Amino acid sequence: MKEPNDVILRTVTKVAVVIILTFAINLFISGHHQPGGGFIGGLAFVAAIVLLFLVYGIEKVRKNIPVDFKIVAGIGVLIAVFTGVGGMISGKPFLYQVFGHVNLPIFGETEMATAVLFDVGVALAVIGTSMTIIMSIGDDR
Amino acid sequence: MIKWLLFLSLCFLTLSILAMVYRLVKGPTTPERVQALDAMGTYLIAGIAIFSVLLRSTAFFEVLLLLGILSFVGTIALSRYIERGVVIERKQSD
Repeated sequence: MKEPNDVILRTVTKVAVVIILTFAINLFISGHHQPGGGFIGGLAFVAAIVLLFLVYGIEKVRKNIPVDFKIVAGIGVLIAVFTGVGGMISGKPFLYQVFGHVNLPIFGETEMATAVLFDVGVALAVIGTSMTIIMSIGDDR
Repeated sequence: MIKWLLFLSLCFLTLSILAMVYRLVKGPTTPERVQALDAMGTYLIAGIAIFSVLLRSTAFFEVLLLLGILSFVGTIALSRYIERGVVIERKQSD
């Protein structure tokens, strides 16, 4: 059988994956005041990796991203839980969050919140869980 | 005036999405269903864009980008399934 020619798909994917990953990070960062957040940022990240899977095959991507996604999911849940427990240590309720204004060199006056750490945990958990599901579905026929 | 034009175009988009749903359910072969799904994604994007013009809000722009990305990935996956019979390729088993 003739091997299908997918040079257009490969070329588009090389550009589109960068755009999707940038958009995922943008969604993750804008999640405090605008639509976005850890969950949807993680899902957009997974969409980029799924696109790579579709175009380049599962072996090549696994060789280049040598990460066990089950461990990523576990680390994410641990981070989320520990940021929640951090509020309990100082006598506040579970998942208590604080924020303050910091003067950064380039960005100027920036609002920094500890909710970002919780969001990092959520994003890692979402990435790990979805990639585990997709890899285990795509692996067997 | 522009408001009624936008309402009218939303109505027409809804009608065409209904036609696509008919093709999606009824369509005899898989390629027709894939085409209907891809066009539905595009029409949803158009509808949300018109809606955000109508509401004068920029809150829906992330939704537009995300719908475009998901529809792109979904269409590629389905067309790959039609072409090769498998969505994610592996080297050893063939």
